[in-house]
Amino acid sequence: MKISVPAKLILKDGTEYAGKNFGADISAAGEVVFATGMTGYPEALTDPSFRGQILVFTYPLIGNYGVPKKEFWESDRIQVSGLIVCDYSQSPSHHESVMTLAEWFKKEKLPLVEIKDTRDITEKLRKQGAMLGKIISSGKSVKYDDPNKRNLVAEVSTKKIITAGKGKKTVALIDCGMKKNIERSLLARGVQVMTVPWDTDVTKLPVDAVVISNGPGDPTKAKKTIDNVRKVLDGKIPALGICLGNQILALAAGGTTYKMKFGHRSQNQPVVELGADKCFLTTQNHGFAVKRAPKGFREWFKNANDGTNEGIMHDTLPFMSVQFHPESTPGPTDTDWIFDYFLERAGLRKRMRAQTGNEKKEI
Amino acid sequence: MKKKKYKKILILGSGALKIGEAGEFDYSGSQAIKALKEEKIKVILINPNIATFQTSKKLADEVYFLPINPYFAEKVIKKERPDGIMLSFGGQTALNCGLALQKKGILKKYGLEVLGSPTTSIELTEDRQKFADHLKKIGIPVPPSGSAKNLKEAEKVAKKIGFPLMVRAAFALGGQKSGVAHNDKELKEIVEGALAVSPQVLLEKYLHHYKEVEYEVVRDGFGNAVTVCNMENMDPLGIHTGDSIVVAPSQTLNNAEYHGLREASIKIVKSLGIVGECNVQYALNPKPANVKGGGLPSANRLEYYVIEVNARLSRSSALASKATGYPLAYVAAKLALGKSLLEIENKITKVTQSFFEPALDYIVVKMPRWDLDKFKNAEEKIGSAMKSVGEVMAIGRTFEEALQKAVRMRAGIRESVTDNGFAPAELNKFLAIPTPRRIFAVAAALARGMKISEIYALTGIDPWFLEKIANIVKAEKEFVKSKKLDKETMLRLKQAGFSDKKIGQLCGKTEFDMRTARKKLGILPHVFAIDTLAGEFPAITNYLYLTYHGNHHDVSPLGRAAVAVLGSGPYHIGSSVEFDWSSVHAALALKNHGKKSIIVNCNPETVSTDYDMSDRLYFENLSFETVSDIFEFENAYGLVVSVGGQRPNNLARKLSREGFCLLGTSAENIHRAEDRNQFSALLDKLGIDQPAWQSFSNMKEAVKFTERVGFPVLVRPSYVLSGAAMRVCYDKRELEEYVNKAAVLSPEFPVTISKYIENAKELEFDAVAQKGELMVYGISEHVENAGVHSGDATIVYPTQRVYASTEFQLREIAKKISRELDITGPFNIQFLFKDNKPYVIEINVRASRTFPFISKAMDVDFPKKAVDSFFGRAKPHNFIYPKSVLVKSPQFSFSRLLGADPILRVEMSSTGEAAAFGKDYDEALLKSVMTTNFFDFRREAVLLSLGGNLNKVKYVESARILANLGYKIYATDTTADFLKKEAIPCSVVRKAREASPNALDVINSQKVSFVVSLSKKEDGERKILSDGFRIRRAAVDNQIPLFTDLHLARAFVKALARYRIEDLEIKSYKEYIN
Repeated sequence: MKISVPAKLILKDGTEYAGKNFGADISAAGEVVFATGMTGYPEALTDPSFRGQILVFTYPLIGNYGVPKKEFWESDRIQVSGLIVCDYSQSPSHHESVMTLAEWFKKEKLPLVEIKDTRDITEKLRKQGAMLGKIISSGKSVKYDDPNKRNLVAEVSTKKIITAGKGKKTVALIDCGMKKNIERSLLARGVQVMTVPWDTDVTKLPVDAVVISNGPGDPTKAKKTIDNVRKVLDGKIPALGICLGNQILALAAGGTTYKMKFGHRSQNQPVVELGADKCFLTTQNHGFAVKRAPKGFREWFKNANDGTNEGIMHDTLPFMSVQFHPESTPGPTDTDWIFDYFLERAGLRKRMRAQTGNEKKEI
Repeated sequence: MKKKKYKKILILGSGALKIGEAGEFDYSGSQAIKALKEEKIKVILINPNIATFQTSKKLADEVYFLPINPYFAEKVIKKERPDGIMLSFGGQTALNCGLALQKKGILKKYGLEVLGSPTTSIELTEDRQKFADHLKKIGIPVPPSGSAKNLKEAEKVAKKIGFPLMVRAAFALGGQKSGVAHNDKELKEIVEGALAVSPQVLLEKYLHHYKEVEYEVVRDGFGNAVTVCNMENMDPLGIHTGDSIVVAPSQTLNNAEYHGLREASIKIVKSLGIVGECNVQYALNPKPANVKGGGLPSANRLEYYVIEVNARLSRSSALASKATGYPLAYVAAKLALGKSLLEIENKITKVTQSFFEPALDYIVVKMPRWDLDKFKNAEEKIGSAMKSVGEVMAIGRTFEEALQKAVRMRAGIRESVTDNGFAPAELNKFLAIPTPRRIFAVAAALARGMKISEIYALTGIDPWFLEKIANIVKAEKEFVKSKKLDKETMLRLKQAGFSDKKIGQLCGKTEFDMRTARKKLGILPHVFAIDTLAGEFPAITNYLYLTYHGNHHDVSPLGRAAVAVLGSGPYHIGSSVEFDWSSVHAALALKNHGKKSIIVNCNPETVSTDYDMSDRLYFENLSFETVSDIFEFENAYGLVVSVGGQRPNNLARKLSREGFCLLGTSAENIHRAEDRNQFSALLDKLGIDQPAWQSFSNMKEAVKFTERVGFPVLVRPSYVLSGAAMRVCYDKRELEEYVNKAAVLSPEFPVTISKYIENAKELEFDAVAQKGELMVYGISEHVENAGVHSGDATIVYPTQRVYASTEFQLREIAKKISRELDITGPFNIQFLFKDNKPYVIEINVRASRTFPFISKAMDVDFPKKAVDSFFGRAKPHNFIYPKSVLVKSPQFSFSRLLGADPILRVEMSSTGEAAAFGKDYDEALLKSVMTTNFFDFRREAVLLSLGGNLNKVKYVESARILANLGYKIYATDTTADFLKKEAIPCSVVRKAREASPNALDVINSQKVSFVVSLSKKEDGERKILSDGFRIRRAAVDNQIPLFTDLHLARAFVKALARYRIEDLEIKSYKEYIN
């Protein structure tokens, strides 16, 4: 059996990179982005926010510990259109591994390409911004495909309402492409979680609070969600937005968003909690950001490197959102306390924050 | 956290380099000083390590070359009255000293604030039991343990913890009577054995083949914390991390493990209130049995224990700093001043700040450098006590590339992990028992087709690493089979980390042929930068490495404006921080000539590899191939090979052959000095005396030579089978035995024998010349007679027992040699002096070990002078006779090396050095000896064991002085008889091998403040367990100062008689030289 077939990555500007495809012998197109996390590739690959994207890992050695069972994934499939790595590990070693990364990609019919100079691709994307590109496997041609033109949220969202947990209080989780660990994080805190499709009007459901999940692409494409979230705000139902949810909350409340040059896709993004002078290290995966906080809201967090918005909070009501991923996976667990804080503000949980997160600021 | 304005801060250094405390603290101290200077704070440093960069005039405001102990620290505090003290930049030495100052109330007395982590936390981490209790309280697991006084209790503990168990006898040295029990039967056996030698047994959960993982954490006073780096030991738990092959970042940890341990690290660090840096070491079960699946928290998916926490900068933190580009020590110093992580700029990117965790887009492999064969009788096995003397760090885009680089960096001898020679029968032993050779045994086993699972079972090395090593073995095998060297194969071999030389060896070509062939195929390495953010932000960084996994360069060549300075490589015995000092000073001096500096070095424990020491830093190997690739890429103006010690010096001819411009003395003339035959002829031509010598390829000729010149002779084989390379032989029998046993004697490998001149003085002549003319020189004198390696000798400047006429003779000889070799740049000549006649024994046309010593003693920057000479702009130095005396003492690490004989020989065995200034020889000597030894002067007692009549006669005056000083003298039998005859009161102690109480009891009960053990001559191999050995070993094991050289022992007693400790001057370096 042949382990790999010749493949290449072609960027929209014409640059080509030759490599070897260890995954399925299938060509693919998408927006090429890079992520700098050094661990957690199964979690990243199953993050629906990557839908439609060809992902380049800057960390060169990938596949080292294989692929774990589905229960550890962030969604039930690989979400990227294709993966580019520098040095694919064919022989993984880990007690949780059930298959190799290549086997997984073959199973899911996606290309996994080894290209030596991933640093060159990264530097190019950094200078010129995220770019369309395609992986050509065994010479099979494919057209460029701009995922940002599609309603990616609709693609990745659950099609039906799923309820989990036995808590007395219910949190509606608007699935715009959510990572499973958001659900796990809520369940671990003893609430019932009702995961609903992206276009659900949750004000019609018996819920005590709403979480708007992360998800792929341009937030303005999820117009229905924005409209529905506006109803949540009007109904004064406590709401927490995460990542895309941050942007949706901002838009619903009258703020604006914009596309960043190459976004934040890493596990080492420093954010500062304004007014508290506390910093946290966070995982991020977004290409759009909140430009202007809506009226009645203040900026909650900002990025310590480039000053971009990392979260907003309503002046009086329990409406808040963060641009980063408090559920981590992959990445640092520094902001896990956001869930506690939200549930406390929503009145669904007693005050716990003193032990979990920011010691300095008592609510 | 309050932000206080500090005016003057005292930093404690780590003193001489020793095993477990090496060059990393020069790096951390230097960065700390720079960080404080930026804040306009006056810095006072106590550090007697004369060869460090941190003790340069460029850095601290005042430097005290004094022993780092509470007595001297208090004197300095009293004099300088600093308002703050930093304890975490000088290793355990500084920490212990600081904690003692705290305990004695000295810090309080002088209103001195400890900056950085609170001392209460540091103390907590130092107390094993209290710290375990603390961790349990905050919910962090420590290995379950217990103790028992009888078998029944032991069985009870075993039931609670579960098998397997590590069982140790309490209070027993060196792991005596310990073992692993897997069941009740084994438990019974081991416990009974242990209780026979100890009243108590300690039982601990045996973490067999657990992974060992480390995290480096920084935290500011506002509670913000990041883990700068995590590292995974390739070797499983049980091998000291300093002796392990380590990778960064971790390779086999998944997200739950990586971040579960990260979270725990931050939790621990917060609970301790650390301000600055902290290292946390874990044992992680690779196959946990009882872990919950799915869901939160991630900690449920792993089983781990905390093994150790170091609340200070450490060797690991230096490695983490170099591995990531995050200047840990610099940041830690700023944090100690009360700054927040957000306020400190990222020195590498200059666009971000210090609250972040570096993202690497490369892999780092650290490999230790051992020198165990340099020590007589030292055990080769490695384990929980560190034995390595240095380390290298290799950077690559794959593990294969980085590992193979590291193998070559380590000594420049092995070319690949596949370089090995194990007999099939011994292979399993070398897999199962960890030694410095295990990695090669792994490759050999793979080459022979042993299964990965079998190797894992024997070694505990994770199969992921084994698979990668298998890739290397496979690449080599396939090439050897096909012998086809096309572009694809060449690239594949280069990407698997093979050197040109190794590829050449595999197909019968030279490395020069291979290099040419490779260049013709267009296969060249690419230059990648380390930017701490994996390319996410634009960063102008000078921190570079080479890789074959790339097709672009991150930087453009510097061109003719640049000069490359080759560093020293890993620290090892004979090449240490002194060469880094010279490299750094040379690189800095290039600026004066309008040149940009490029440093090439691969040692993470150095200042030369700091981000701000050069215009460009290549963290790369010092091999012909790598240096050539860098030089050609940069298209630089010239190369400096003469400041990094012997390793770069050895490359001179090859590099010159390649047409590169070597600055300074020509490669041909360097070779004339290095080649014994040519150099000998040169001396004859110039009419300069040298000890008679000759090369032999058979025993008959050798014997004939000894008949002519007489014994003793010094034998130096060109090929060594095992153990020491050099040896003094006192008779024919010894000569035959040595040549037959230790050396190969053949025309291909001749043996050099030279007349060994006894009772001669040895002098060091250090100089810089320009076009053959001396620009500056300094002569220093060995306290010991010739025969003790110059690296192990106590050295004094200016000379004390040498006539001006002698110095004149030396200078004239040096002038002649310098002119003959047309020397430009540094050089050193070692002279023997006997009966008013000088003999040249060695010349090195490069900076010597004594360069920083002589530079500081004379207050002349010798490396700068050398750089001036390279450009023809050096001016002769006006010699001024010094107002003070500087004495340098060797630092030995015998206590770390079980079984090694602590005796001075022609082979060097010290691991470091320290020095002290004084108003005269006696005062400087006394201080200097104290810098490398722990004296307890309250014990006014000494043990004398003087072997041979001559030693007795020569030491009798010293013994009398000691008696007059009120010292109680213990003496071994014949020594005691002799002293009694001389009317010197003493107590007789039995020989070490005789019944107790004997000489060993006197030492073990800590009755004496020092031991003098003189033997007739170098002990032969036969007397491994001689009395002398046992006494020396006991002294070392009890950390009691030991003198084995007559002259030093006499000089020390003389000094002791003249000065009491309270008489010793407390003066800074500036006060001594101004």
